[in-house]
Amino acid sequence: MVILNINYILSIAITLFLIGVLGLVLNRKNILITLMSIELMLLAINLNFIIFSIYLDDLTGYVFVLFILTIAAAESAIGLAILTIYYRLKNNIRIDKIKNIKS
Amino acid sequence: MYLLLIFFPLIGSFCAGLFGRKLGPFGASYITVSCLIFAFILSSFAFYEVALLNCCVYIKFAPWINSEMLNADWGFLFDSLTVVMCCVVTFVSSIVHLYSTEYMAYDPHLPRFMSYLSLFTFFMLILVTADNFIQMFVGWEGVGLCSYLLINFWFTRIQANKAAIKAMVLNRIGDFGLVLGILIVFVEYKAVDYATVFAITPIFTNKLFNFLGLDFDLISIVCFFLFVGAVGKSAQLGLHTWLPDAMEGPTPVSALIHAATMVTAGVFLIARTSPLFEYAPSILSLVTVIGACTAFFAATVGLLQNDLKRVIAYSTCSQLGYMVFACGLSNYSVGVFHLVNHAFFKALLFLGAGSIIHAVADEQDMRKMGGLKNLIPFTYSMMVIGSLALIGFPFLTGFYSKDVILEVAYGKYTSEGHFSYILGSVGAFLTAFYSTRLVYLTFLSTPNGYKTVICAAYDSSYQISLSLLLLSIPSVLIGFYSKDMIIGFGTDFWGNAVFVSSENMNRVDSEFITHMYKILPVALSLLGSISSFLLYLFGNKLLVQLKMSVLGKKVYNFLNKKWFFDKVYNEYVSQFFFTISYTITYKIIDRGIIEVFGPMGLSSIITKKAWNISKLQTGYLYHYTFFILIGLTVLLGIRQFWLLSGNFVDFKIFSLFFLLSFFLGKRVQTH
Repeated sequence: MVILNINYILSIAITLFLIGVLGLVLNRKNILITLMSIELMLLAINLNFIIFSIYLDDLTGYVFVLFILTIAAAESAIGLAILTIYYRLKNNIRIDKIKNIKS
Repeated sequence: MYLLLIFFPLIGSFCAGLFGRKLGPFGASYITVSCLIFAFILSSFAFYEVALLNCCVYIKFAPWINSEMLNADWGFLFDSLTVVMCCVVTFVSSIVHLYSTEYMAYDPHLPRFMSYLSLFTFFMLILVTADNFIQMFVGWEGVGLCSYLLINFWFTRIQANKAAIKAMVLNRIGDFGLVLGILIVFVEYKAVDYATVFAITPIFTNKLFNFLGLDFDLISIVCFFLFVGAVGKSAQLGLHTWLPDAMEGPTPVSALIHAATMVTAGVFLIARTSPLFEYAPSILSLVTVIGACTAFFAATVGLLQNDLKRVIAYSTCSQLGYMVFACGLSNYSVGVFHLVNHAFFKALLFLGAGSIIHAVADEQDMRKMGGLKNLIPFTYSMMVIGSLALIGFPFLTGFYSKDVILEVAYGKYTSEGHFSYILGSVGAFLTAFYSTRLVYLTFLSTPNGYKTVICAAYDSSYQISLSLLLLSIPSVLIGFYSKDMIIGFGTDFWGNAVFVSSENMNRVDSEFITHMYKILPVALSLLGSISSFLLYLFGNKLLVQLKMSVLGKKVYNFLNKKWFFDKVYNEYVSQFFFTISYTITYKIIDRGIIEVFGPMGLSSIITKKAWNISKLQTGYLYHYTFFILIGLTVLLGIRQFWLLSGNFVDFKIFSLFFLLSFFLGKRVQTH
């Protein structure tokens, strides 16, 4: 059995998280990509939880992962719903057109 | 009776000032004149009782300031010095009041004028009768205030306004010195009433007083500051420039200010505080030198003035110089004697000048008069009496005091004494010269005015003539009759009012100086008078040539422009202060530093920064996410930094820098 150093897998998770963050920050065009980046970040976090769960031999991490999956699903459902309503109102989903969030 | 003497003028002033509209000009002048005459009669009684019968009167009227060490009561002290001053002040003032009723008869504000005159007299009486320094200061400031009101009487004239402000400000410089002197007296003596201060002065010889970090002899510095006050009020060299300008007021005002009241306050102060001055020999020398310089300076300037009143003003200045140096030579009684005599003939001269001005349709330039001898003979004779008294013509009033002053100056056997004798004698020559010049140009020369004016010249009627007549009598006689009483040999007239220490006493020495030096001043006066008369009678062409020559022009300008004192003061002192007050205190400090760090700068910088920070909310989603990222990174970074080096570095400094970076950073150009 190949024993992997935990650091390798953790770095993968962190890389995934950072890709998600950068996607969130650098993306200026499409709101779908934002949602996808958020999903990616959540996935990275899930991965992290699983890694530590295995590493520490503790089941709580799995429980959290299941909850987070649920929440992520609910979140993307609501996000897509908002997106749909927004599209219905504005007829586009470009991020740089969203300007009226300042009071 | 003694209090009534003081308060009569106040009553008159209130009546005329508050009810002038009801009383009308006639009623107001009637009340004020009668109040003043009553005051004079009462002060004559006071003179009889206090000075002649030698019983001093002290009235503690009411408590005023009573706090721990500082006790100042409204107290009135009547000793010889006070009653002499009271008599002079009330006499000249009542004459001036009487005179004003005709001189100012056509002025619409006569009640106001009479009210001011009476108030002036009241404050002067407060000044001379005070028994402590603080009450004296009330009178001191009061006469300054009233001089402002009176010089400024015709308040629509810009020159009168400026002259009044000048008089007030220059007096205030002296007053500041006086206040310092009184404060030092209080700090060291813990008392401000004359009796205490004078009694314990001998204990304080050789005591040092720390003023502005330097140690001075206590009594010397007190006397120095008192003398600064006297310089301002008595128009001695340095602060004299207000006096000639004060001629902008009506002529009776000039008579009152210059003859009896205001300017004599300085000499009175020195005489009153003689127990202090006697223990400050260095200040006495200073007083002598300044007084002698003033006497000489004003006499030279008076020589070439063309304004009738200005000539007399400079002669006042000059005569005050004589009084002051007489005081500086420790002959206070002589100084006060000259003060008394001078009050009479100077009032006569001023009121006579007013009569002349009245006669020639308010023309004050002597070059436009002339030939008035036959037209206004009464005024002419009065002016001649006044001038002769002024130049010290033998057996007139001025002779008795002025000659004694010069004798004591020569008899002092110190260099200041001789200095003042020489300057005083030259001053006597010049005084005679310009007095004769005044009389000649006004009365004796060929008429130079407009024909209509000269033809309409007439002698003024009852009140003016009567007041001139009343003044001419003491101008001739008072010196002779009061000489023995006031400055006679071994007279006990002064009692304790004036103190002369035995080492400064030189009356005996001055009595036995060489005959030549006694005669010299009189001879010089007569010579000056005769030479002036002859020069103007026969040497007109010569005078013109002298004036038109290169050197003559310069000398004429120099003397006519008052040694350029005003020019120097204006350009180097007042302009300097005006510039400082505008550029430095106003522009740099008030509107600069205080505004930038104070209300305006602070509020503007805060709104600007707040606006800049709120500009960070662009409204773009990705900017917000970026800020979230940055914020998280910074917080994590700080935490890491804190964990690593929190023991060595105080993170509060960093947070301070962080806050400051909002204010010191370059302005964010957003739009």
